[in-house]
Amino acid sequence: MLGSIKHKEDSPLHSSLPSKGGGSLWSDGWTRLKRNKLAIVSLVILIFFCITALLTPIIAPYGYEEQDLLLGASPPSLDHWLGTDIFGRDMLTRIMYGSRVSLAVGFIASAVAVFIGVLWGTIAGYSGGKIDSFMMRTVDILYALPFMIFIILLMVIFGRNILLLFLAIGAVEWLTMARIVRGQVLSLKQQDFVEAAISLGLSHWTIIHRHLVPNVLSPVIVYTTLTIPSVMLLEAFLSFLGLGIQPPESSWGLLISYGVETMEEYPWLIIFPGLFLSVTLFSLNFLGDGLRDALDPRASKD
Amino acid sequence: MFYFTLNRLLQSIPVLLIVITATFFLVRAAPGGPFSAEKNVPPEVVRALEAQYNLDQSIWQQYTSYIGDLLHGDFGPSFRYPGRTVNELIAAGLPVTGELALYAMLLAVLIGASAGIYAGLRPNSLHDYLPMSISMVGICIPSFLMGPLLVLFFGIYMEWLPISGWGSSPGDKILPTLTLGLGYAAFIARLSRGGILEVMTKDYIRTAKAKGLPVKVIVLKHALRGGLIPVVAFLGPAFAGLLSGSFVVETIFQIPGLGRFYVQAAFNRDYTMILGTTIFFATLIILFNLLSDVIAVWLDPKLRQQYRSDK
Amino acid sequence: MYLLSVKNLTVHFHTRNGIVKAVDDVSFDVDHGETLAIVGESGSGKSVALYSLLDLIPRPPGKIESGRALFEGTDLINRKEKELQKIRGNDIAIIFQDPMTSLNPYLTVGEQLMEPIIYHQRKSRKKAKIAAIKMLSEVGIKEPKIKIDSYPHEFSGGMQQRVMIAMALIVKPKLLICDEPTTALDVTTQAQIIKLIQEIQIKYKIAVIFISHDLGVVAGIANNIAVMKEGKIVEKGTTEDIFYRPKNDYTKSLLSSVPSGQKITKSFVNEDILLRVKGLVKYYSSGNKRINWPLYNKNKEQKFIKAVDDVSFEIKRGEILGVVGESGSGKSTLGRSILQLTTLNSGDVYFNNTNLMLLSSSKKTEIRKRMQMVFQDPYSSLNPRMTVFDTLAEPLLYHSISKGNKILDDVYALMDDVGLPRSASKKYPHEFSGGQRQRIAIGRAIATKPDFVVADEPVSALDVTVQAQILELMLSLVEKHNLTMMFISHDLSVVRYIADRIAVMHQGKLVELDETGNIFSSPSNDYTKQLLLATPLADPIKEKERQNIISSKI
Repeated sequence: MLGSIKHKEDSPLHSSLPSKGGGSLWSDGWTRLKRNKLAIVSLVILIFFCITALLTPIIAPYGYEEQDLLLGASPPSLDHWLGTDIFGRDMLTRIMYGSRVSLAVGFIASAVAVFIGVLWGTIAGYSGGKIDSFMMRTVDILYALPFMIFIILLMVIFGRNILLLFLAIGAVEWLTMARIVRGQVLSLKQQDFVEAAISLGLSHWTIIHRHLVPNVLSPVIVYTTLTIPSVMLLEAFLSFLGLGIQPPESSWGLLISYGVETMEEYPWLIIFPGLFLSVTLFSLNFLGDGLRDALDPRASKD
Repeated sequence: MFYFTLNRLLQSIPVLLIVITATFFLVRAAPGGPFSAEKNVPPEVVRALEAQYNLDQSIWQQYTSYIGDLLHGDFGPSFRYPGRTVNELIAAGLPVTGELALYAMLLAVLIGASAGIYAGLRPNSLHDYLPMSISMVGICIPSFLMGPLLVLFFGIYMEWLPISGWGSSPGDKILPTLTLGLGYAAFIARLSRGGILEVMTKDYIRTAKAKGLPVKVIVLKHALRGGLIPVVAFLGPAFAGLLSGSFVVETIFQIPGLGRFYVQAAFNRDYTMILGTTIFFATLIILFNLLSDVIAVWLDPKLRQQYRSDK
Repeated sequence: MYLLSVKNLTVHFHTRNGIVKAVDDVSFDVDHGETLAIVGESGSGKSVALYSLLDLIPRPPGKIESGRALFEGTDLINRKEKELQKIRGNDIAIIFQDPMTSLNPYLTVGEQLMEPIIYHQRKSRKKAKIAAIKMLSEVGIKEPKIKIDSYPHEFSGGMQQRVMIAMALIVKPKLLICDEPTTALDVTTQAQIIKLIQEIQIKYKIAVIFISHDLGVVAGIANNIAVMKEGKIVEKGTTEDIFYRPKNDYTKSLLSSVPSGQKITKSFVNEDILLRVKGLVKYYSSGNKRINWPLYNKNKEQKFIKAVDDVSFEIKRGEILGVVGESGSGKSTLGRSILQLTTLNSGDVYFNNTNLMLLSSSKKTEIRKRMQMVFQDPYSSLNPRMTVFDTLAEPLLYHSISKGNKILDDVYALMDDVGLPRSASKKYPHEFSGGQRQRIAIGRAIATKPDFVVADEPVSALDVTVQAQILELMLSLVEKHNLTMMFISHDLSVVRYIADRIAVMHQGKLVELDETGNIFSSPSNDYTKQLLLATPLADPIKEKERQNIISSKI
């Protein structure tokens, strides 16, 4: 393009004032994130849930299997803050144990998805040409497959194996991450500094890890934060249908499915697990949105 | 345009083939399944199966004959309901699920897009925060939670609406549609808000304003076309989601639709039913994705031309 | 009474980082039929001032703090939206810088053209279409009846700008605001568009406000000029007063920054050829790959675009070769392919008598140290996640030119060389201005002590005052380090100032190559002559002469 390139920095909003904090994009991002009260609250909530989940065996008020058949289902009380189920088991305890599974599935399956997706997307985007074509066509084809149905099929046929669950869920979610990463890598390749790196004679590996990866990190972080709720939802969905986590383990999805059965008489059995699941999903989404605004300086909504 | 559609159609065939093949062999591989000498199978079914599937033949022959049957539209007999074929069951459940999905889709698009556009035109104001916060709720409360909650409130406490059945009592279609559609409405609201927001910053909107065009014209004629593209792109995945969402909704509301049959088949190990419905759903999803792709190209003059000039 | 009289206009942007005084107490007048040019560099507030008259700036965070803008006697500021709509596109029209993004890609050209007539003049669609077709031909678009149903992307940049002009003038406004309308266009296209604007202005007696950073363009078309800097008007006057008798220091520095004067070609005692290229060819195929349909593939041929078409030349050690051309001339591709950043389809590149095309990739990596590149866009040529130190140290460390304790000293030496303060070493690119970033990029390029540097439009994205500094820097570095340089640019005056010899490129071919002096005094190729004639000069009298020559040729 000839003549002066119009950049956002030419606009009056940017030219006169330097960016506050004057640091790396990470510290700038953290400063921006702090301003987003909702995101910070979400972060705190999530950290709290995670710590509780980890410490559950130590801090849970009752035993996991502890039944009180005389008591049966009872509404929230001083003894049982969130009530009990039809076997007299303490709901707070069950929800805490459930959180361990739900959060674990969420994080682990997301980690799998992110790992595969980033690898796939980076290689495809960087290689370009035929390799890129082939890799992305594969993604397109897999994307077109009705995964939900396949997972259900797998669960039915091979039984309900937690490992299988992780893999199946991870296998669905990596596609979106691959697409996003590839898109980012492609647009980065257009940037002159990548050509400059090539012109300096840097090796492919150096270019990838010094120049591409740090710049791809922000969208990856953002989308990982948004993948986790998606994964948790999927697990909850499968568990609800009876195809996911099996007793004696429990997850929030399973607890909700139990709660549906006795919804009329004992509404707290569905409301509380539902509440915890929703709040977690909320927090993850708000945090993800907040991270997106904080880490991508161009995505600001002035 | 025609060749583009044809091209896409043909590209879908290998995908479908992969689905069919994968499903076929997966089902065959199921431990304890009908094809590996299970004991509890009623003799009539065994006879029907053997007749249908020529179980003494090699697996490849079974495969090719299955494909052959498929091409005739024959999905085979039900494994669990002797005397009934998969075709019958699909034919019974499809209209119900189809209607549910249609209503949910309409709800999602109409409410979602309107809310999103409304919010996007007044960014960072109450008109923006309120709808978007509500939509966040819709996204974070899954259908299997939303459904029971709606039932609890509208059906049981308020007793305004019936809580099960489809078409048997007036108004019983409302709660299922809401349960299925609200989540998607929320997502579409966010998509359209984002889309409109992005479009309104474009230079050509500034030109439209500089020409003195009234606001209604700027939004409806100039902004919508570009702004709703993310929504159109989402329609394909949305449809797939609605189908799988129907499993849950039909289970909760006791609706005799294809989704519920599928879940029951999964539990009952009705392998032929599972096989047949999977393939059927997959075909629908692939077709819908194709439709969504074609529409997306048709809406963009640059792409339209690119593919037209192939002649 | 003036057509437009702006008094004490002040516009502030209230951002999270503070208040930006985009427009600070600006006043000017425009008379019927006259042309006022508003000149300034980026951030001067020239566009904001005019957009705010029609309430086209984003209003949070922007706010018109005070001022009046009397258009035909009535104030535009704080007018009701409904009334402003009647004025926009009707009495006052605007043409924007980038026609590609300013036209709606989803609507036909005709549809967009007809809108002002339908909404302002309330005529029927049929009548509007007729008027639109007429206007298209008036702005010089051939086959208007067919073109009216085309989409914007089917037109070239120049044609798109003509459509914008048609759209602005179709309801015969009294005032036309042009915001850098030719900055994104080639020099020859620019000349045509300016001529078009002038003709229409005379024909319909329209007043024009012409916003630009290009003093050459302004010299040829403006009656009066207002110079803006950081939101204020620092000087106002007639064109001759501003160019020949400037009073303000900033105006003076602007004028002196325009590259003027001609490089005196260096004389070389021994003709040591550093770079020789022979028969370079690089083509791109257009069109996308699809499944081949035997039925309809019969009449299709693959279209090839020859970006570089059989180019051969030599560069002597120590010389600066300027390569000029318009967009699509292949000058950029030429630079990249010499540096082996793009593959060539055929041809040889001899660097120091070594044929680069025959080297193994490990040998190529070695040679890369000897030849480097400076890129056009200072915003994308630096890794945003690396500090200045990281960027400059990387080549030194990777090629083991320096290490350990020596690194800091070497990096500081580089920074001194390119005029950057040592304290800046820990900062990130986004903390610097465009000119400073370009210095960093230049520092990176000379870090490995190369023999040859390709500079691809290194100053095109910079303001004129900064441009002058960077050009001086490059000249001094060439001297100091005995560099050989290939300086690519579309700007003839820049190349005239810095290059010993000039190569002119047109559609992939090298059409003329000669010493700078000869190119300008006696060009032999027709295209070169065309290019010279189309280039505006920052001197009103010379501009008038140039324009007379052009008119007389028609």
